[in-house]
Amino acid sequence: MSLLIPDTGLLFWMALSFGIVFFVLAKFGFPVIIGAVEKRSSYIEKALEDARVAEEKLATLGKQAEDILAKAHGERSVLISEAHEIKNKIVGEAKDAAEAEARKRLSRAAAEIEETRSKALGRLREQVADISVKIAGKVIEKELQGDEKQLKLINRLLDEEIVNKA
Amino acid sequence: MQKSKLKKISLALLACLLFSFGAKAQEPDVKKVVFDHLSDSYTWHITAIGETDVAVYLPVIVRSAGGEWSVFSSSKFHHGTAAYNGFHIAQEGKYKGKIVEKNAAGEEIRPWDFSLTKNALSLLINCTILLLVILPLARWYKGGTMKPVKGFRGAVEMLILSIYDEVIKPCVGEDYRIYAPYLLTVFFFIFVNNLVGLVPFFPGGANVTGNIAITMVLALCTFCVVNFSGTKAYWKEIFWPEVPLWLKVPAPIMPVIEIFGVFTKPFALMIRLFGNIMAGHAVTLGLICLVFITASMGVAVNAGMSVVAVFFTCFITFVECLVAYIQAYVFTLLSAVFIGMARVKHTDHAKQM
Repeated sequence: MSLLIPDTGLLFWMALSFGIVFFVLAKFGFPVIIGAVEKRSSYIEKALEDARVAEEKLATLGKQAEDILAKAHGERSVLISEAHEIKNKIVGEAKDAAEAEARKRLSRAAAEIEETRSKALGRLREQVADISVKIAGKVIEKELQGDEKQLKLINRLLDEEIVNKA
Repeated sequence: MQKSKLKKISLALLACLLFSFGAKAQEPDVKKVVFDHLSDSYTWHITAIGETDVAVYLPVIVRSAGGEWSVFSSSKFHHGTAAYNGFHIAQEGKYKGKIVEKNAAGEEIRPWDFSLTKNALSLLINCTILLLVILPLARWYKGGTMKPVKGFRGAVEMLILSIYDEVIKPCVGEDYRIYAPYLLTVFFFIFVNNLVGLVPFFPGGANVTGNIAITMVLALCTFCVVNFSGTKAYWKEIFWPEVPLWLKVPAPIMPVIEIFGVFTKPFALMIRLFGNIMAGHAVTLGLICLVFITASMGVAVNAGMSVVAVFFTCFITFVECLVAYIQAYVFTLLSAVFIGMARVKHTDHAKQM
């Protein structure tokens, strides 16, 4: 039964030591530990949240980069096709211009040739007429003595001759 | 390989037991052994080598009825056989095992006794251990480190957090921050004392938390904390609970029951912890005593019972490790629940009942 009767001395020692332990631990022990642990857990929470945000940002950035790349690809193909068009256009224009020039030159040359030919033909005719007249004059000087009718005949004959030749 | 080793070791142990106890059989007084261990003492008996006792003689601090203080070593009593300064250790009667003095009528009376007994010294040692565990951890945390804790610190932190998050926060309610230091101190105080009590040799093994004075102080602390933090709603529930009027008006039946409950709650705390730890020590000692009781029953019985006793002592010690935690946990949990009940803000749940 004496086990159930608290001893005064032990009560005193217990109250004293428990009081001191409680005072020390409640002041310098548990609040410090709890505070630090709570600080650490909030720090971890914040770090996790930051990591999540950063990851999200990274994901959007990646998507943006992809978008930009895709856009650039599109633009490039557009540019290439435009360049093709321009090239074709330039080449076509150049061809047209060259053709036109060539045609112009050809026609000019033809005209010149024609002119020269007609000039040469005129001169030839004059000379031939002259020569013919001279020859004819000389041949028939005596007979005809410069008959007007005879000269006309010769001229006509000459014309016919030249036309036939041409 | 391992099995054979184990067999060899157990055989050797058995041989030792047989050699040391089989030879001279002397019937021990088990009741006295157990009772002496469970109650406090003025000397801390460690062991006996041959005829010489190895013991720590603790200081006796007493104030006689005449108002004189005397401080002397308990070795002066020569194990209770001698008187010193008018004081002696009672061998019989109400104060058996305690220091008494004789009054004028020749009756044994108890002086004011503040001796540093075995339990008191063990208490101081355990408090030192507790402080040495918690304070360095707190200092380490004070460094503002964010590194995860490892090893022993991690284990202590885990214990602290498990009590803090799973007991204190949900049970106390809103004001858990104010009560956390007290409840954590109670938990670790009981846990350390329980565990050191399980160590079978000096400076452990004292029956500290199995002593009613210790649990009484703890229960009184909880009683004070609970009732000093009682809210209006708490006191209203005690003196004017929401029950049919006839239960409280002519004769205040319910208030009386409630007031009774105020005292029985901490009383239950006190008895529960005391009973569990004391019983653990008693069972362990009783089992070990089996070895010595059966010594006179022949070698075969003694050997067999020794093996059984050692096996069961191991088993009980494992159970006691569990009990050490569970009792500290239960004391803390119930204290937290009582505080939580005292902190009620309104009496809604009473209406639901």
